[in-house]
Amino acid sequence: MKNSKLTAGLQRFSIFIVLLVMFVACSLLSPYFLTPNNLMNVARQLCVGILLAYAEMILIVSGFLDLSIGSVLALSGVLAVSTYKSTHVMVLALLVAFLVGIVCNMVNAVFVAQFDVPAFIATLGMQQVARGIALYYTGGANILQLGKFVQLGQGMVGPFPVPVLIVLLITVIVWYLFNHTRYGRSLYAIGGNRKAAEASGINTKKSIFISYAIVGVLAGLAGAIFMARNNSGIPNGAVGYEMTGLTAAIVGGTSFSGGVGTVMGTVAGAFIIGFLENIMNLIGVNSYIQSIIEGAIIVLAVAFDIRSKSRKQTKQIMAVKDEAPKA
Amino acid sequence: MDEIKLRVEGIEKSFPGVKALSNISFRVRKGTVHALCGENGAGKSTLMKVLTGLYKADAGQIYIDEKPVEIRNPIQAREYGISMIAQELNYVSELSVEENLFMGRLPVNRFGKVDWKKVRREAIKFLKEENLSYAPDQKLKTLTVSDIQMLEIIKAITNNAQIVLMDEPTSSISEREVKLLFEKIQELKEKGVSIVYISHKMDEVFRIADDITVIRDGAVVSSDRAEDLDIDTVIARMVGRKMENVYPKEILPLGDKVFEVKNFCQKGIFDQISFHARKGEIVGFAGLVGAGRTEVMRAVYGLDPKESGEILIDGKPQTIRRPEDAISKGVIMLSEDRKEYGIIPVRSVTENASVASLKNYFYGGMSHKKKEKEDVGRIFRKMNVKTPTLDTLISSLSGGNAQKVLLARWMLCEPEIMILDEPTRGIDVGAKFEIYKLMTDIVKEGRTIVMVSSELPELIGMCDRIYVMCQGLITGCLERKDFSQEKIMMLATGLLNTSDREEER
Repeated sequence: MKNSKLTAGLQRFSIFIVLLVMFVACSLLSPYFLTPNNLMNVARQLCVGILLAYAEMILIVSGFLDLSIGSVLALSGVLAVSTYKSTHVMVLALLVAFLVGIVCNMVNAVFVAQFDVPAFIATLGMQQVARGIALYYTGGANILQLGKFVQLGQGMVGPFPVPVLIVLLITVIVWYLFNHTRYGRSLYAIGGNRKAAEASGINTKKSIFISYAIVGVLAGLAGAIFMARNNSGIPNGAVGYEMTGLTAAIVGGTSFSGGVGTVMGTVAGAFIIGFLENIMNLIGVNSYIQSIIEGAIIVLAVAFDIRSKSRKQTKQIMAVKDEAPKA
Repeated sequence: MDEIKLRVEGIEKSFPGVKALSNISFRVRKGTVHALCGENGAGKSTLMKVLTGLYKADAGQIYIDEKPVEIRNPIQAREYGISMIAQELNYVSELSVEENLFMGRLPVNRFGKVDWKKVRREAIKFLKEENLSYAPDQKLKTLTVSDIQMLEIIKAITNNAQIVLMDEPTSSISEREVKLLFEKIQELKEKGVSIVYISHKMDEVFRIADDITVIRDGAVVSSDRAEDLDIDTVIARMVGRKMENVYPKEILPLGDKVFEVKNFCQKGIFDQISFHARKGEIVGFAGLVGAGRTEVMRAVYGLDPKESGEILIDGKPQTIRRPEDAISKGVIMLSEDRKEYGIIPVRSVTENASVASLKNYFYGGMSHKKKEKEDVGRIFRKMNVKTPTLDTLISSLSGGNAQKVLLARWMLCEPEIMILDEPTRGIDVGAKFEIYKLMTDIVKEGRTIVMVSSELPELIGMCDRIYVMCQGLITGCLERKDFSQEKIMMLATGLLNTSDREEER
């Protein structure tokens, strides 16, 4: 009995154990890995990815996803940048970024929630549209010299990079949403069984709209940070970033069939991928090979996860179903 | 001495931490119906899975025609002539009748191309032989659940089976189809086919079983000829204690009319549905499968649209457009479809129980999870929900316990009017009794219950008044003193119509 409790505990924290093992392995593989400089660098690089991972996690938990987030990031980023360049008001630039993100995602939400278009299709369309608008607006050219706007991506507060602090704040907010609000609980219910959630009096459409709105804000914020880090408004930037977000969420244990996922797991998932990329750079793995390894590891990690979960679950189900628990 | 078709000797099966089957032995005679009775979780389904090769037994031996056999997988089971009708139907709703009939064994020519002409020919022949009125190219989703169940049953037993395992075959078919099924079983018996029959419905078991084996906690309690047993004995052996009273009904003084539904219409589904319920009353809805009872309740609860109709609570008209409106007005509905509209399988029992009353645990921007656990724990204790912990996934609970969790969900909403649609479907005798007791407690607290059920004995046992529906219409309403199975069946089949509306005409 004790033994099974232990395995259950291990299973629950398996993702963090993987992260720990990886951390140790990386520090053995390269002497540079464990330097404060390198670790801070990893954290800074991960910022945009983690924001997108939260966005995808919110949606996957409730049974949806967003393929347009990379493009929406670019669109809101360039619009924020050009707002800043003409007004020099940071708050205004950020507001524009959020607003653009929200508008794009409200369109997504209308199709997903009102017209029942599969999220995959609706957001695939938005991916093209948002990218198109970004390129049209800029004429395909990068917007250069952002002035103080770069602080958002490159600035420091004491020893801490600004984007890291922003992501920390967002992490706390998203964690709170999932663990301490009715909205968060509703997401799990909707993703776990939408019909049952509806029959239990949850306004599923409203929750879907709120989710996409939050995703819009996250996309806008990520867009602003992304452009600031690169010191330019790049309409062609962040292509394929939706996959970065999806990967982190999935590796972090978010179930693609909905209803399961945690913020901490997603953070761990993002760091696992971040460490992997970092160590491969440090030990000089060819970047084409890197891509191959990354792809393989992602699929394997999820396959293992699903396998161990389904085994555990069938065991549990059989055990309780076939032998009534005489508590 | 009768010929033994199937002999099971000393079957053992353990799962980590639990012994599901211990030393199970019984004999099934050729050409007889052998009923397996036991509560949910007694081990019947595990035993079925061993017999069809889905599980490997840890010990023991299976004999067919007194020859030891080893059944490693379902395909082998089929080769040994064992066929199974599962409780949960397996079919593809997007495919046609004929495709489902021939699934996994479509005839092909030598190039591997499916011989559709042959499929059509054989399907037509088959449907005609079995007197089924569907077209072979009809998609399964256009059929009703009971049609599909009949199709599955007939498919399984015409598969040249020698031994047919039936797990709750009548759980979603109407009385008329049950009769058809029993005729079919009789035919099979005459052909020398043996049937292992699992059911919670005792009256059915006694109608067709030749032998009855009772299983409790994974072990055989007794195995006797049916004529030597009676229902009470079997139930007592199943639960391991004597049941004093199957229906703990208490006649209470009734209060005011608290709930009234007037003239509900939805074209082609139900028409001019009017009923009411008093405070402290249990009102029943009887009818055949497909009479429209569930549809009416779903429309009342705001889950389905309606064309017209009014709802009055405490005499005041109310608008209910969605379930959340209903809940906020003290009306809840326990759905008959536990899987689709009830259980959230990937979440814990606690989250499943509190999902309809989240506003009590999340307010003012804060969560109150301690209160949530306390409330859920309290209601679980009251309802005797058996769960290892409050964080256990609901999907690992037995049917009866899962149903109690769903009832707990609604109890936490503190409703005034509870619509319970088939509250005891597919759950074992012990849990049924507990749900009846709970219903009695609920009305004692001054709440009101509207119960839809396809089991006449439970309606007659528990209700104060029963409405009967037939083909989308209410054909009558009976007071408790006038209850009788015959009368209800007459109304349900449309042979009799005593509704006021009809008289006025």
